[in-house]
Amino acid sequence: MSPCKGIIWGCVLALCLCLTACNRGNQHAENPVLSGGATTVFDVSENAFSLPATNIPITHRDRFFVGNAFFKQPWIIAPASTDARDGLGPLYNTNTCQGCHIKDGRGHAPAGEGNAGHANSVSLLIRLSVPPGETDKTALDKFGAIAHPVYGGQLQDQAIPGVQPEGRVQVRYTPQPITLADGKVVTLRKPEFSISEWAYGEPDDTLMISPRVAPPMIGLGLLEAIPEVALRAAADPDDANGDGISGRVNTVWDFAAEHTAVGRFGWKAGQPSVRQQTAAAFAGDMGLTTERFPNDDCRPEQKTCLQAVSGGQPEVSNAILDEVVFYAEHIGVPARRNADNAQVKQGESLFKSAGCSSCHTPKFTTGENSHSPYLAKQTIYPYTDLLLHDMGEALADHRPEFSASGREWRTPPLWGIGLTKTVSADASFLHDGRARTILEAILWHGGEASAAREQVVNMSREEREALLEFLRSL
Amino acid sequence: MSKPTRIFSLVAIAAGGIALIWWFGPRGPAPVQPAAVVQQYTQIGHAIFSDSLASARALQSAVQKFIQSPSQKTQAQARKAWLAARVPYLQSEVFRFSNPPVDEWEGQLNAWPLDEGLIDYVAPSYVYEQGNSAGQANIIANPVLQVGSRQVDSTEITPALLADLNEIGGSEANVASGYHAIEFLLWGQDLNGTSPGAGERPVSDYYTDERCTDGDKPAPAKHCKRRAQYLSAASQLLVDDLEYMVGVWAPDIADNYRAQFTNELPEDEALRRILFGMGSLALGELAGERMKVALIAHSTEDEHDCFSDNTHNSQYYDALGIANVYHGEYQRIDGSVVSGPGIDTLVAQADEQAAANVNSALNNALAKLNEIVQSAKNGEHFDQMIAPGNTAGNQKVQAAIDALVVVAQEIETASKLIGIDKLQPDAAGHNF
Repeated sequence: MSPCKGIIWGCVLALCLCLTACNRGNQHAENPVLSGGATTVFDVSENAFSLPATNIPITHRDRFFVGNAFFKQPWIIAPASTDARDGLGPLYNTNTCQGCHIKDGRGHAPAGEGNAGHANSVSLLIRLSVPPGETDKTALDKFGAIAHPVYGGQLQDQAIPGVQPEGRVQVRYTPQPITLADGKVVTLRKPEFSISEWAYGEPDDTLMISPRVAPPMIGLGLLEAIPEVALRAAADPDDANGDGISGRVNTVWDFAAEHTAVGRFGWKAGQPSVRQQTAAAFAGDMGLTTERFPNDDCRPEQKTCLQAVSGGQPEVSNAILDEVVFYAEHIGVPARRNADNAQVKQGESLFKSAGCSSCHTPKFTTGENSHSPYLAKQTIYPYTDLLLHDMGEALADHRPEFSASGREWRTPPLWGIGLTKTVSADASFLHDGRARTILEAILWHGGEASAAREQVVNMSREEREALLEFLRSL
Repeated sequence: MSKPTRIFSLVAIAAGGIALIWWFGPRGPAPVQPAAVVQQYTQIGHAIFSDSLASARALQSAVQKFIQSPSQKTQAQARKAWLAARVPYLQSEVFRFSNPPVDEWEGQLNAWPLDEGLIDYVAPSYVYEQGNSAGQANIIANPVLQVGSRQVDSTEITPALLADLNEIGGSEANVASGYHAIEFLLWGQDLNGTSPGAGERPVSDYYTDERCTDGDKPAPAKHCKRRAQYLSAASQLLVDDLEYMVGVWAPDIADNYRAQFTNELPEDEALRRILFGMGSLALGELAGERMKVALIAHSTEDEHDCFSDNTHNSQYYDALGIANVYHGEYQRIDGSVVSGPGIDTLVAQADEQAAANVNSALNNALAKLNEIVQSAKNGEHFDQMIAPGNTAGNQKVQAAIDALVVVAQEIETASKLIGIDKLQPDAAGHNF
């Protein structure tokens, strides 16, 4: 090193030290390694998605652990001596939250017929709807889609004894090889979902289905705390700036406010809040009623379902719902690893230059008035805009939900994505879990993301590896 | 205030005054330094894990006697040894949460709750996590396990196999090893719900001949042989794991965690870890996950030592562990006492009143938890106390929870007085 360079480096170092020192005491310092701001956790084990936000004082952590217990432990059939934990079903998908959100991470798609092993279909569910009729406006405004008159808004493939499960989910995959510019061949698997063994009569062919894999649980309270104005500012519904990327806010129904609100949660951003999302999951996925959704998903044709014993009114008390919501809002986000690695840095630039960051927005700052002090005023790096984008025909489910069309999906956050398989080895990506790797997920991108996808297809091997290394550092 | 109490108070005030004069007097001893408290904490750690190891070895020996000649008597002795082994181990739990080698290690020893269908036969009423592909794997009945896409050869049930099977298929409910797996193998499922009684596994579950049973059903002899092999392997793994942890805290190893803790960690960080462990155990773990959940759900499935009905002791000794660390004092299983400067000394040097507040909060919590212990001794166990409609029982549990909340609050207050402003780790200061 020449003396001159030494001096320059010395100055850089001094400046860094000064910046570090100046930042000290400013608890809202920006640091892209701290994906979840002060909530960030430092764990790279299989528990990485299950830890309380770091900034919760010990005197407030009991709520987190109480909520966690209700998230993990099985709910049981009523009546039972365990009366605050009964009421499962009559129709349901699974008996624990954790059963789908495996170790608080992603679920996975079933392995498919004829495939080795048998990854079960527990962590995937199928949404159902029919085209709206003329008298359905109220239901459409509140639920975003018209439930099937017999099967409801979701296929429940499990039921308590004496009640028949609604049907059985099947998937068949077709290999779809793609050759990248450098000659590498990636074989995608194109899923075809179907439902067999319909227990309450075969629906007609107007039925729309949408398979959904359970998403990871990290940082949900932070996403909820991003100010609405920031999301609206990022939206560009008519692509006024001509970059080929629209980005639309989903306008959904907030049952607590009795008003429309910005959708944030779910694969199509159909839910406005963690609380409403949680209550909806209790009802739809586990057949557990809450004050918000007081009825089981039983339809007039499902008589045994209607006759089943209830686990109380509601089955999930407000006290328990509060704790589960607190838990879901306060799971910390893991810090990035290897952020300063040269290859990772290169990948980060490529992520931007390829246009990925047009939708996977790196940074937001949460609002000052979050209902939780631990989530307010945090600079976070979620890599999502929470907006809807046309993702092309190959990913389309052709099932609209509120203002989301059958081709639109909400940009999913990418924070923590590099720890996905550490947390659950079977985890798979995209709404129906068709992608087994991050690269496969990228290659499925279409619609507004076509240009970005093309850039990745045309990358050299070295560039592609750098991009993936960056994503693995998140 | 009653008269004797008033006299006592006057004496206490006078004594306090004398102490203050002595303290600020010209010939007072040098104040206790944080380094001495940190050192004493590691002493207690070493003593407590050594005791845990000794009692686990005693358990292993009782288990061997039981499986070699299964009888009511040897089963009772093995159960007694398990209960005795819990006493020091639970007092060690305060060393979790902020000491990474302990936190990363403890799951293999004390994970809970567990889907017992992974291990053995279960009653028809058994409920497990449905996404759990190993929830009904029944290792004892199956020399080959199919868990999701993975096939596991379990022909020989060894300590290494059990360690490997923990969390198989990605579910935390898959606990193949540790105290609770052993507890289940000794007691069996507690099917009494909130009524009296613990698990009632018959001795015949360990008869390795034609008398072998799976509970109330006749079973092939190989089930009993594999069950004995399982119990033996689980006891061995427990001993192995505790041997490792004694090494982590041993004073005569140059590069172990204890050496790092006492020599390399800044004192503030060492104190923060000690206090964070105390507060985390008091509130999040004990008052929250282990007591409040069971109480608000009235759920025996959320009870800690559920097979043996030992939950009252597990709660009491957890809290005693917090008090041990606070006072720098631990009574070993042989009756001797390890004693030295505790956190209480540091707090008292900063603020006598705050030190007294923590002390009385701890005493109150221990007293309330002791009421649950006494209730269990009188025949009403924790699983009965949390029953819906048992107002008196529910209230006793709630009182203990409330007392533990105060402990955590007082620890937080006292921490600030000795310069630890934030007990939770600081994200901003962390580097990967």
